[in-house]
Amino acid sequence: MERVPILKIGGVLLVSIQIDLHDQSVLALQEDLAEKISATGAHGVVIDISAVEIVDSFIGRMFATIASISRLFDADTVVVGMRPAVAITLVELGLTLGGVRTALDLERGMKILGQLGRQRRGVLPHSGELERDF
Amino acid sequence: MPPRSGGPEELRISGDDDVVRVRQLVRTYAQQTKLSLVDQTKLVTAASELARNTLIYGGGGFARVEEISDGRRSGVRASFHDEGPGIPDLTLALADGWSSGSGLGLGLSGARRLVDEFDLDTEVGRGTVVTVVKWKR
Repeated sequence: MERVPILKIGGVLLVSIQIDLHDQSVLALQEDLAEKISATGAHGVVIDISAVEIVDSFIGRMFATIASISRLFDADTVVVGMRPAVAITLVELGLTLGGVRTALDLERGMKILGQLGRQRRGVLPHSGELERDF
Repeated sequence: MPPRSGGPEELRISGDDDVVRVRQLVRTYAQQTKLSLVDQTKLVTAASELARNTLIYGGGGFARVEEISDGRRSGVRASFHDEGPGIPDLTLALADGWSSGSGLGLGLSGARRLVDEFDLDTEVGRGTVVTVVKWKR
C-alpha cells in the first residue's frame, strides 16, 4: 500500500495526492494526518487533489472526516484543485462535501488558511468562530 | 445483443487493489471509446462504487468491461458479479442515504445517476450482478 506524504510549511500541513487512492491508503492518510496535526500543532491542512482523477463516495467521505478530525485539534482544512469533471461527478453522485472548505487552487487555499489563522490570533473572543460550521 | 467492437476483459475483485485496477481498466475502455472527459469520470466513479460493493457486500467477485455498439453509437458496458448474499430489499438498497454497511448509502443510487443504463439482477442467497452502460454522446 502506498502512503500519501504529508509536508509541513509553517503552521500548515500540505497533502498532495498523486496516487490512485486505495481504500487502505485513504484510511492510513486519515490516521497519519491526525498524528501529524497533534504532533506539530498545525493550524491548517491543505489537501491538493489537482492530480486526482476520480473522487467516489469513499474518498469524498475522507475529506469530511479529515475536516472533522482537524477541527478537534483546532485546525482548518481546505481541499484545493478539484478538477471540473470531478466536481460535476460529485454533484451528480449526490456527495455535497458539506462542512468541507474548498478553494480553486493551492495559492487561494493557503490564503484562506492564513486569514483563518490571523482571525484566531486576533480579536478575541471571536464570536463568529463557533458558527463557522454554518 | 449489440455487436462487440472492443473485446471484453475480466478482472477479479478480491481486495482493495482490485478496486483500483477496475477503475483503471474502465478508464482505458472509456478513453478507447472516446467518451468525453466528464463521461469518463462519471463512468469510472460509478465503477469504483460498484466494485467496492462487490468486494464489501458481495464478498468479492469479478468485473467485466467491454466496448459495445448499438449500430448508431458506441459505449462502454461494465458489469459487476458476486455470489454474495444478494439484496433482499431493492427499493431500499436503491434509496439515497440508505446503507446496510458503513458506507454513505450513495453507492448504488449514486452510481445509477452517473450512467446511462443501469441494471440490477439479484437473488437472495445467490448473488448480485450490476450492469452499467455509458454511451458516447
